[in-house]
Amino acid sequence: MSDTILEIKDLVVHYVTDRTTVRAVNGISISLERGESLGLVGETGAGKTTTALSIMQLIPDPPGRIVSGEIRYEGEDLVAMSPARKREIRGNQVSMIFQDPMTALNPVLTVGDQIAEVVRLHQKISRAKATVKAQEMLELVGIPGERYPEYPHQFSGGMKQRVVIAMALACDPKLLIADEPTTALDVTIQDQVLDLIEKLMTGSGTSLILITHDLGVVAEICQKAAIMYAGEIVEYGTLPHIYQNTQHPYTVGLFGSVPNLNEDVDRLRPIKGLMPDPTEVPAGCVFAPRCPEASAECSAAPAPVVEVEPGHFVKCHKRRGGGSK
Amino acid sequence: MIKFIFRRLLMMIPVLIGVSFVIFSMLYFAPGDAADVILGDLATPEDKQLFRAEHGLDKPFLVQYFNYMKGVVTEGDLGTSYVTRQPVTIEIMERFPATLQLSAMSVFLAVVIGVTVGIISATRQYSFIDHLATSLSMIGVSMPNFWQGMMLIIIFSVALRWFPPSGFSTPMHWVLPAVTVGTNASANIMRMTRSSMLEIIRQDYIRTARAKGQTEAVVIWKHALKNALIPIITVVGLSFGRLLGGAVLTESIFSIAGVGKLMVDAIKLKNFPMVQGGVLFIAFVMSIVNLVVDVLYSFADPRIRSMYTRPRTRKAATAKEAA
Repeated sequence: MSDTILEIKDLVVHYVTDRTTVRAVNGISISLERGESLGLVGETGAGKTTTALSIMQLIPDPPGRIVSGEIRYEGEDLVAMSPARKREIRGNQVSMIFQDPMTALNPVLTVGDQIAEVVRLHQKISRAKATVKAQEMLELVGIPGERYPEYPHQFSGGMKQRVVIAMALACDPKLLIADEPTTALDVTIQDQVLDLIEKLMTGSGTSLILITHDLGVVAEICQKAAIMYAGEIVEYGTLPHIYQNTQHPYTVGLFGSVPNLNEDVDRLRPIKGLMPDPTEVPAGCVFAPRCPEASAECSAAPAPVVEVEPGHFVKCHKRRGGGSK
Repeated sequence: MIKFIFRRLLMMIPVLIGVSFVIFSMLYFAPGDAADVILGDLATPEDKQLFRAEHGLDKPFLVQYFNYMKGVVTEGDLGTSYVTRQPVTIEIMERFPATLQLSAMSVFLAVVIGVTVGIISATRQYSFIDHLATSLSMIGVSMPNFWQGMMLIIIFSVALRWFPPSGFSTPMHWVLPAVTVGTNASANIMRMTRSSMLEIIRQDYIRTARAKGQTEAVVIWKHALKNALIPIITVVGLSFGRLLGGAVLTESIFSIAGVGKLMVDAIKLKNFPMVQGGVLFIAFVMSIVNLVVDVLYSFADPRIRSMYTRPRTRKAATAKEAA
């Protein structure tokens, strides 16, 4: 077995309705090693969650459909897998922390039962043992085990997210996908939850895909980053590649829009313009309409992927000359 | 919870007083004289006067109402039927078991069919089976009971001779009336189940359940259905309550001696005590059904339950403090 736990190749996901086709993910490729953590960064609507749901094989169908591409988990193609095998992997080897803890828990079941459920599904143990395991998981995320028989409405938002994390980690997954785990929480709780995830990840050998739009969070937790824009990965590499040798104009823009503590600025510097409508993705480079460096060539043809240094990929016309390829 | 039920029972008192007052006034001021109806055209004015005095009908309105309510509250006496000279309470109680049985069977049938088809329909939205189920439920809702009852009799009793056309004594007799009454209710329940489930299966926690690797059957029947129950319970309760008041037309068509038929006969004969007692009884039954529905809500949804009961942990905490 190789050390690559997850490999996504040319994944294309569309949401097809009667009138339009939303091209949510357009040919992305990611590879993730065992124990590695990858930050998937992008604006709202860049296709981050769709990518995550594709890995979980939970794209709502209809309208969503994986049009082409492969998602190989430990060499097995998840897309072509039987539903029964998918269920074996889901929640057990690959699990996901959802974006909004307020709605991710079933309001009519106790939190304990919801954690015990995933344990009982994947480990052949008795109800009593699953209960004990669920209580341990609650303790692990900092919730007293006695709160097992309580319902989600009796918990605060931060605690609900802890429950969701406990649920995702209950079966010691090999791959954890955290979809904006802190977006719905207030700032102090965000920090606690991130610390918790970081603490639980270290030493577990679990690989992590962290979806966020916060570059600071990625810098703190991840080793690799992939910058997504309009369903494409525009820049992909290790943290030093992305943070110190920023290549793609979009990534440059993202860093530019983060306020700098050492500078006295009156206004933020956002990237001008809006992300293209995913039903009408531009023919050329997707970022060309907003790109400060764009030329005629950019809107003519899709941008090529250039490896500017080993392991650092940029999808841009302008970086072709500077790359090693 | 017991406290809640007790409080709800107390709240039924003003409801029932209100109902009794309204029905009493309506019948009091309604045109037509019971004495004329009961004694017939040949009765002398003296006979009529005697009849009125005997039944207290010559007293002022409020006095009549007060006397009536006194009987109801102290002895459970709803008056005496003009026609049979029997206590109204006994007459209703004689008829009620048939109505209760018919209602229970119909609602059971309706719940089994309605919920199952509703869920199948919702999980396969816009499929052939969904369109078929939705169309059938439209027919079920819009088909009048009496027409359907007669059609069933023509087909299954007259032509095929499978089931007897009237009466309510053996299980064979139960089938056609239960189907007649149940069709409408099951169509309603099916539509409510479908729309409620459609909303629930798009919720995030259903995706969470799937993300755990749970099988589709458990996701739907456990995670989703339990959340979709509230509106379903409401419709079932409404149907059941309405049926307990007597499925008037169905009972007439199948000659079932139920509360509905009793009421219709009483109204035709201007048998006022019977009508009053019947309406009051129906209001009582309806209130009880509503109470049961409310209690069921709290079983279905812990958020509703927590409004009536104190959370366990808090109780435990205060107990610890006290110790």
